[in-house]
Amino acid sequence: MIPAPNAAPSDSATLLCLAFIFLVPCAAAGLALISTGLGRSRSAAHSMMSSLCVLAVAALAYFVCGFAWQGFAGGPAHVVSVGGKEWSWIAAGPFFLRHQTLDGSPASLAALLGMFSVGLAALIPLGSGADRWRLGACCASTAVLAGWTYPLFAHWVWGGGWLARLGANYGLGSGFVDSGGAGTIQAVGGLTALSIAWIVGARHGKYAHDGMPTAIPGHNGVLVILGCVLALLGWLGLNSAGAVLYNGAEPGQAVLVAINTILCAATAALTAAVITHVRFGKPDASLTANGWIGGLAASSGACAFVSPAEAATIGLLAGALVTFSVEWFEFHMSVDDPGGSISAHAMGGLCGVFSVGIFARIPAIAMDAAGKPTAGATGQWLAQLVGIATLIGFVLPLTYGLNWLLDRVYTQRVAAEGERQGMDLYELGAGAYPEFIVHSDEFTER
Amino acid sequence: MRLFGFALLLSGWGIVLTALALLSAEAPRIAFVLAGIGVEIVGLVLVIRAHPIRRGAHQ
Repeated sequence: MIPAPNAAPSDSATLLCLAFIFLVPCAAAGLALISTGLGRSRSAAHSMMSSLCVLAVAALAYFVCGFAWQGFAGGPAHVVSVGGKEWSWIAAGPFFLRHQTLDGSPASLAALLGMFSVGLAALIPLGSGADRWRLGACCASTAVLAGWTYPLFAHWVWGGGWLARLGANYGLGSGFVDSGGAGTIQAVGGLTALSIAWIVGARHGKYAHDGMPTAIPGHNGVLVILGCVLALLGWLGLNSAGAVLYNGAEPGQAVLVAINTILCAATAALTAAVITHVRFGKPDASLTANGWIGGLAASSGACAFVSPAEAATIGLLAGALVTFSVEWFEFHMSVDDPGGSISAHAMGGLCGVFSVGIFARIPAIAMDAAGKPTAGATGQWLAQLVGIATLIGFVLPLTYGLNWLLDRVYTQRVAAEGERQGMDLYELGAGAYPEFIVHSDEFTER
Repeated sequence: MRLFGFALLLSGWGIVLTALALLSAEAPRIAFVLAGIGVEIVGLVLVIRAHPIRRGAHQ
């Protein structure tokens, strides 16, 4: 579903949309705090420093070429005609935001939202690579993500690309719908996090010789929970701005979006707390936090098109999925993901994408790029399924391949000495908590 | 095995795209999209199995 290309929003809608977009960096702050809190104390400063650098690199890469390749519905794009249908593969805008009037037009608001969103997506892999991913490698990987992988998929979904046109071209509902970025931001970031976890390998001491994982608890639960609350604020802005900008929602609909967002996160977190309480005897704080973030990620898909009760149901499903997938990744896939990023963002995001096909009632006023109303909700689930197939079948190999190539050129994992010493001292020369004594007993061979 | 797994992921996606582009009837299109996703799942399993624990990688 694509808004009409030249639909000029009213001044009040533009202002409200700007206000929503300005909230998005809170989500970035929240994710940075969560990654840091769930990592080790001797890598805390490195984690926050990496977050800052990742945001900076993502903004620059998006400015240089990211938005040029993402584009906006109705803008210039490379189009291939297949069977008489136009498939838009990538935008063809000028680099460095040249010729882009930054005046509050929908395209300029999309550029601003994209600049924050791409930073959010780039922060996600920091959670899975915590305690062993080099600072330089984080930045290089972010440049690739923000300059190529994210803009390409974002064009397909938000820039009038072939996924958005599935409804107009093939009668699949309103095309692939992802109003707040459950697929575009969360799943793309989460699948990149999975690639990074595979490429850098597990932390030393995480797995015993028999393959059993060892618990390495996060060093600061307070940071994690504070991060969750900040993330909620950012997600309220992200979902509302996305719904207004990409789905033509009225600004007043932000109330529904906000209620759905908080309900989805709330039920997901409580589901995670109850599941861990039943299974382990006490609720687990880190898994509950992962459930909360998973619920927020899932809320991004259909937040503008479902009732509050349906949003709560989506949260319930996401909370259960995230909780079990954390264990599945750790025990059965041997993936060391200290921040739970893969489960919360990839699984939560995919759950959100699919929930659009199951629960969403998309109004007929949704328009395609030509300004004509698209088909109804028939086939919407198939459009969402095609989007999921694209994420797993194309984005995962792409992001893995690019990071694998990067690893050949510039090793992503820190040296053994760096991991033993801690990323703070090894890469930054100073720790986050200089008065703390660092214990080294967890490095004894198991 | 890892390379083959990623090749299957891309092949599954190719099947999904081909089904969209070439099939107009609803039932075969749905069947082929689901088949493509099935191929992707097989590819994903292979990729997962090709990534054993890499303790001390690059060391």
